[in-house]
Amino acid sequence: MSTSDQAEAYLRIDRLIKDFGSQDGSTYRAVDNISLDIRQGEIFALLGPSGCGKTSLLRMLGGFDLPSSGRIMLGGQDLAQLAPYQRPINMMFQSYALFPHLSVWDNIAFGLRREGLPKAEVATRVEAMLKLVQLGKFAQRKPHQLSGGQQQRVALARSLAKQPKLLLLDEPLGALDKKLREETQIELVNIVESVGVTCVMVTHDQEEAMAMASRIGIMSEGRILQVGTPREIYETPATRFVADFIGNVNLMDGTLAVDEPDHVEIDCADVRHYVGHGITGHEGMPVTVALRPEKIRISSKPPVLEAGDPPAPINQVKGRIKDMVYFGSDTLYHLKLASGAILKVTQSNTERHPDDNLSWEDEAYAWWSPSAHVVLTQ
Amino acid sequence: MAISKTPHLSWSARTVVGVPYLWLLLCFMLPFLIVLKISVSEMETVVFKDLITWTDGVLQLQLKLSNYLFITQDDLYFRTYLASLKYAAVTTALCLLIGYPFAYFMARASKAVQPGLLMMVMLPFWTSFLLRVYAWKGLLSEGGWVAQVLDALHVDQVLIALALIPGPGQYMNTPFSLVIGMVYTYLPFMILPLYANLSKMDMRLLEAASDLGATAWVAFWKVTVPLSRGGIVAGSMLVFIPCVGEFVIPELLGGPQTLMIGRVLWDEFFANNDWPMASSVAVVMILLILVPLALFNKAQSDAQEARR
Amino acid sequence: MSRAPKPILPAYQRRGQWLARAWLTAGFAFLYLPILALVVYSFNNSPLPTVWGGFTLQWFSKLAHDTEIIDGLWLSLKIAFCNATAAVLLGTLAAWALVKFKRFGGRTLMVGMVNAPLVMPEVIIGLSLLLMLVSMQRWLGFPERGMLTIWMGHLLVGMAYATVVIQARLQDLNPQLEEAAQDLGARPLQVFFLVTLPMIAQSLMSAWLLTFTLSLDDVVLAAFLSGPGSTTLPMVIFSRARLGLDPSVNAVATVVIGVVALAVVGGSYALARAERRRAQETAQAARA
Repeated sequence: MSTSDQAEAYLRIDRLIKDFGSQDGSTYRAVDNISLDIRQGEIFALLGPSGCGKTSLLRMLGGFDLPSSGRIMLGGQDLAQLAPYQRPINMMFQSYALFPHLSVWDNIAFGLRREGLPKAEVATRVEAMLKLVQLGKFAQRKPHQLSGGQQQRVALARSLAKQPKLLLLDEPLGALDKKLREETQIELVNIVESVGVTCVMVTHDQEEAMAMASRIGIMSEGRILQVGTPREIYETPATRFVADFIGNVNLMDGTLAVDEPDHVEIDCADVRHYVGHGITGHEGMPVTVALRPEKIRISSKPPVLEAGDPPAPINQVKGRIKDMVYFGSDTLYHLKLASGAILKVTQSNTERHPDDNLSWEDEAYAWWSPSAHVVLTQ
Repeated sequence: MAISKTPHLSWSARTVVGVPYLWLLLCFMLPFLIVLKISVSEMETVVFKDLITWTDGVLQLQLKLSNYLFITQDDLYFRTYLASLKYAAVTTALCLLIGYPFAYFMARASKAVQPGLLMMVMLPFWTSFLLRVYAWKGLLSEGGWVAQVLDALHVDQVLIALALIPGPGQYMNTPFSLVIGMVYTYLPFMILPLYANLSKMDMRLLEAASDLGATAWVAFWKVTVPLSRGGIVAGSMLVFIPCVGEFVIPELLGGPQTLMIGRVLWDEFFANNDWPMASSVAVVMILLILVPLALFNKAQSDAQEARR
Repeated sequence: MSRAPKPILPAYQRRGQWLARAWLTAGFAFLYLPILALVVYSFNNSPLPTVWGGFTLQWFSKLAHDTEIIDGLWLSLKIAFCNATAAVLLGTLAAWALVKFKRFGGRTLMVGMVNAPLVMPEVIIGLSLLLMLVSMQRWLGFPERGMLTIWMGHLLVGMAYATVVIQARLQDLNPQLEEAAQDLGARPLQVFFLVTLPMIAQSLMSAWLLTFTLSLDDVVLAAFLSGPGSTTLPMVIFSRARLGLDPSVNAVATVVIGVVALAVVGGSYALARAERRRAQETAQAARA
């Protein structure tokens, strides 16, 4: 792709605000001053709980709602006030919104015909789309004659037919069952990447976002809390909310006891943490330690310390197993600590018949390495 | 035709709203205002004297309220209004009594049969109501099928006792024939909204009720009926309000005993040529149905809210 | 298509079923008895309408030469056709306005005006319209009472019915369909004609038929609003029925019932078949 293409496909959202007024006169701010840069060719996911404003943001990108203020710059042009049919952006709707009175072929051709293209070219492009989503044989069928997965592929083909500069996906896998979802995730990403279109998707499903997106933006209450790759979001969350929203996490509040450039120590209710890197802060500052369950090891026997590990009882706890959930590939333990707090630990079931068979009400030790924590100040 | 709130399309939006609005104002609102005006006007042959005149620098407003006074004072008008309300109420009650179980059983029938049942209810509805009312003339006249059956079952004795018919075998032109005619005509108007409401009811609610210990009878009164309230109101208003002003059925099936206000209006207009009087009668009729009308409006907009 | 075996119901449910069947049968008998009587007696060969005198077709042959009825029918059909078409047009606009625009000045009034003709006694509508038309005639010199004025009255009521029917369908429409059309480059007018209209087409048809039938059947409005020489079929029937029982009316009834029955049954059957086919196709697709 040429550099000029790169500059054009780059989407910049600039201080976008959306206020909704209700009949009693109060206003509700759905999107609160969001600024975001989307790179060309990437799949960017907006992830957040219901009501966080992600759908409002997506609809403003598509043109179905007008922002109260702010700009949406695509290719140097501010689109914020343009109608949907004036934007080089296409959307795949959550309900697919396939026109029930038109065949698959006509559904895909719909957008192309609006452009006034000659019949031959419309036909070529529709055929190309059908081939892309592998629905050539179903071209003459009507939407109600297709399965859910097939309908989704038609919706995708229809939204890609016009070769938009930006593709919007609204909860793309929401309507599918689990098995179909896993297959479709991969397929969808492959198709989008083979076409090379820049994509913004909205979802409340973490797995979907993590599996499909190259970068994720976590949203809550109309604001973006963190933007990063799936790994960055998971392993280095910026706030309590992000840490708690993505995956499972143990959050322990404490105070900064030792503040050195190469390590810090944090006093929490049940344990003293030794973190193997420095943080910006000062002694006595309240912080939260985020510890992922899979980074903790658990055993009925006390941990064997290796060279360089801080002495016990740093980065170690002892507790009683209050709950266990066997998931097949791993097991989740709820370890009740002295203060009454619950520590969540997951362990991969690498052995079919483990020697150390933990059960309810057993006493167990949990420990982790100095690199396992994330220290949060927000 | 702005679908989203895009401001640059409002002129076409205004047309879409404006055209039907204008039509309604012209043909609905304006006539009512005119009726109102005429009801308080003095009428000289066919010309109405102006209400407001400017004579010698003095603005004069002449409102002839004598028509209204006449209505409130004259026994005939009062009794006729009362009778109309009474017959409308009785018809509504009977339609509800017969129509609710009907709609209920239709809604509970198997899914395969329901469209057929619906069609069978719609068929009389699509057939001219005038002809069907006329049919009752034939059925209740001497020698008519229904008349013969009623004679055979000695129902006429019961009806005489209830003062619904004047004598044995005289079923026509009585309160009895009138009510039968009205119930017959308006029954589909009660059944259809009720059916629409009941057929959309989630059957699992009744299963839940049963699971929590309710018998079928209790579940009916505590779950089904409250949920169908919207349909009951809609159906009742669809029957009651038009019945108050019914003209054709009392004319064909009613008699001297069953004078209704629709007939009074007609006579004032066509027979007596007293347009102001007819207008006054109309205005009072409108006032009478104002409350049910508001109820109906509310039921309609509630139903629309529920659909969203 | 195999049927699932009938479940064995407990006693109280069986009683309920019996009651249901009885009530429905009695109800339908009540509804159809007069219709049956009308048809039977149209073949009655007897001067006394309630005494059966043998089978005859004389009333039907007389009907063919009955100019009053034929003229009335022709007029009624013309009015009904124009009325239905105009009612659907106006009704679509009104329904669109009410569904798409949630807030505009005077909306409540419009809702009231749209709904009121549904229930308003026809004598009131007839009287008020007539008085307005008379005033208009004195001020502007037109319109003369006749076909046009009857049509106006029918349109007022017809539009109310059409709006209700179309509004219901419009409201159920998935808004994402219209958004998708816009997203794909269709301007608002194109969206309406390419997407919305095909999807509400069936309700437009229903509204048309409904208003057509109502117009064909109305007697009160026509009586108020007609002029010399414009006598509709219901008016003819009404004046005859007022005088007593008349076999020519029975003959008309039989013809009307025949046509309506054919249309309703045929239409319902076609719809049901299309529905069934659609359900089958959807089920097949889901299994595939």
